[in-house]
Amino acid sequence: MSGASALQGVRVIELASERCAFAGKLLADMGADVVLVEPPGGDPSRHYAPFAGDRPDPERSLYFWHYQTSKRGITLDLEKEPGRAILSRLIEAADLVLEAEPPGRLEALGLDGAARCESQPGLIWVSLTPFGQHGPRRDEQVTDLTLLAGGGPVWSCGYDDHSIPPVRGSGNQAYHIAGHYAVLSALTAYLHRLAGGEGQYVDLNMHAAANVTTEMASYHWLVQKGTVQRQTGRHAMETITMETQTECADGRHASTGVPPRTPREFQNLYEWIVELGYEEAFPESVFLKMGGERESIDLSQIGQDDEVTAMFAAGRDAMDFIARRVPAFDFFKGAQDRGMAVGVVYSPEEAFEDEHFQARGFPVEVEHPELGRTVTYPGAPYRFEKTPWRIQRRAPLLGEHTREVLREAGLDPEADEP
Amino acid sequence: MTDRSEALSRYRICDFTGQLAGAGATKWLAAFGADVIRVEDPVRQGGWDILRAMPPYVDDRRGVDFGGGFNNHNTEKRGITLNLRTERGKELLAEIVKRSDVVSENFAAGVMERFGFGYEQLKALNPEVIYVSNCGFGHTGPYARYKTWGPIVQALSGLTFTSGLPELPPAGWGYSYMDHTGGYVMAIAILLALVHRERTGEGQWVDLACTEAGLTLNGPALLDYTVNGRPTRRPGEPNSNRSSSPAMAPHGIYPARGDDDWVAIACRNDEDWRALGAVMGGAWASAAAYATLAGRLADQDQLDATLSAWTRTRDKFEVAEALQDAGVPAAAVQKPAERIDQDPNTAAWGLWPSVVHSKMGEVRVDGLPVHFSRTDWKIRRGGPCVGEHTDEVLRELLGASDDELARLREEGVL
Repeated sequence: MSGASALQGVRVIELASERCAFAGKLLADMGADVVLVEPPGGDPSRHYAPFAGDRPDPERSLYFWHYQTSKRGITLDLEKEPGRAILSRLIEAADLVLEAEPPGRLEALGLDGAARCESQPGLIWVSLTPFGQHGPRRDEQVTDLTLLAGGGPVWSCGYDDHSIPPVRGSGNQAYHIAGHYAVLSALTAYLHRLAGGEGQYVDLNMHAAANVTTEMASYHWLVQKGTVQRQTGRHAMETITMETQTECADGRHASTGVPPRTPREFQNLYEWIVELGYEEAFPESVFLKMGGERESIDLSQIGQDDEVTAMFAAGRDAMDFIARRVPAFDFFKGAQDRGMAVGVVYSPEEAFEDEHFQARGFPVEVEHPELGRTVTYPGAPYRFEKTPWRIQRRAPLLGEHTREVLREAGLDPEADEP
Repeated sequence: MTDRSEALSRYRICDFTGQLAGAGATKWLAAFGADVIRVEDPVRQGGWDILRAMPPYVDDRRGVDFGGGFNNHNTEKRGITLNLRTERGKELLAEIVKRSDVVSENFAAGVMERFGFGYEQLKALNPEVIYVSNCGFGHTGPYARYKTWGPIVQALSGLTFTSGLPELPPAGWGYSYMDHTGGYVMAIAILLALVHRERTGEGQWVDLACTEAGLTLNGPALLDYTVNGRPTRRPGEPNSNRSSSPAMAPHGIYPARGDDDWVAIACRNDEDWRALGAVMGGAWASAAAYATLAGRLADQDQLDATLSAWTRTRDKFEVAEALQDAGVPAAAVQKPAERIDQDPNTAAWGLWPSVVHSKMGEVRVDGLPVHFSRTDWKIRRGGPCVGEHTDEVLRELLGASDDELARLREEGVL
């Protein structure tokens, strides 16, 4: 493995915002030189819980730590002319600007991104806004919750009982969705430039991003005017489907996945029931055995051929029967070792500790010199053979690299007080 | 091949992907002009990608060329069939690999090796090739052979668990969120590898495990665990309609008048809280106990109950509009029809382009949430029917003659 980085030398200016922080991290962890520009008082996300040691402090927000890895940080007061002049100078030397300012704010400050791309033809400018730069809803206020509610994902998530509100999954996923699209855009525009093309301005609409991240909900409406309905722990569908989530013997849950369909799967399931000592206790054991002894099973005969119908039902019931009698992890391992796609519903920390992710080196250590210790972070979303993902450094302290960055830009940090 | 975006038009993708986790990745590339050639099995009529024949449907016709989801995820791609059980099929694939920049797939680990086209073989054919594989657990580690699909990836990566309400089982994501996201991350991987190759001439293999991509979406919660030792599995959690990072209250999804109608409201700070109070009127919102975030966080159940009583008798769009007018983040939980056919934002954006599919005719599909000032995406051609472009591609890339194509078809190669 060489130490090269895919984005080594790519210069990015990121105006701090919770909405584009993830995109900046993705670029920075692949080697881009991302300079995070914060206002003098720091980005508001420095005050987001949780905090290291539960001590609220702008240098101890674990939220900020996570989303700002590998970046350098400077402070600039964009409300004042010297700050704007310095930002403009930094942009001159940049390949990419990443920002999520409200529509109109930068124009008012004399930093119009679209115009800048005209005057600086190599520049790529990616702007993330809730509804795009020009849309009729562009001035609405949003959070992750309202984006996911208005944009579609929430409609599909929740419980069979519709007197319970639909559910927003946690983790600020609307920002992740937009962040992924921001990086796709930045890299696509950059490849076009590498091929001799010009840079360009990218208008990213976060509400639209959520809208096209809803799978069947959108295309069932688009194609056949069908409306999916939310269902506990499984896909929202136009019709109500069988439950696929079971509470296991230890109170944890498992996703029972796709019921057995092939003779080999029936054979394996039958043997598992026998191994566990449940051949007598499980009333349909005989149908599992029959399924295992067959040459083939024609699933289109379900509901028509009594034997096939009984076997299919027995397979599904057997999965549920076992799931209720063993711990969730054992059910997952037992089924997967027998070739059946089953999942254990892990909490994030349980996944983090799992042997598979440990073996693949998912958790990574990052130096925190200011604390005199290392901290374990979530690792790579992908494994590059030649240009590995890597956290270059922990999130910047407030203004940590202001002097260094100004000096590199040929500015005198003493004279050009940001 | 006219009238396509120029952004990625120099690249050819030899594409084995399917479903959404893989096909979603190459949809982006094709929309920006890459020549994405889907390679499918003529014997199974492309049936490995089960979406080919699954609902929704535009009319009564059924079969591998009529799946609405497949069409949605495969716009602007070309489709060919090659029987890789035959020697001649393998030879033809080898020739296509030599002429491709990227080979992409989302089979279970080990399948490409069984075809005889693992990374080592691909590299021997094309030393600069980029190979991006996308599967549930990646190609190494104890679970490399385990099988997944979207809901299992979400279960394993913590995303199912963290979506739910107290005292209830996990609600999870009511769709394959990680198939979408797996596709995004896969496309990012392909683009990153292309950048590196442009600058160094070096290809590489990217091993993408969807579960790991999912795990990265729990960052602050994982750091709370590694730094503070605080697990996410603890009493009262998850309660994911609320917000603790950052802390906000009230923050939730509230009932509205109408059939399964709901409205989301988030008070980011004291100012939002006062504005909400002014819209609602009455003494409740000026109670001293609720003036600060700490006070509101301490009494969220009561806050939610009172707010629900107010929203319950009102129209969700009217509530959202009144709050937006006061500067408070609020949005109706939109049903598909509402956000697709009635929301002025998605229409003005051109978010639902119509494509022309060779058999289905004109169909609306998901567009993209970005607009580029110079080389914007174009989505006009529907997903390919099975083998729709076999002759065209083999003629164009390999100079195959009509006789040759007829012979290959007779021999069961195409």
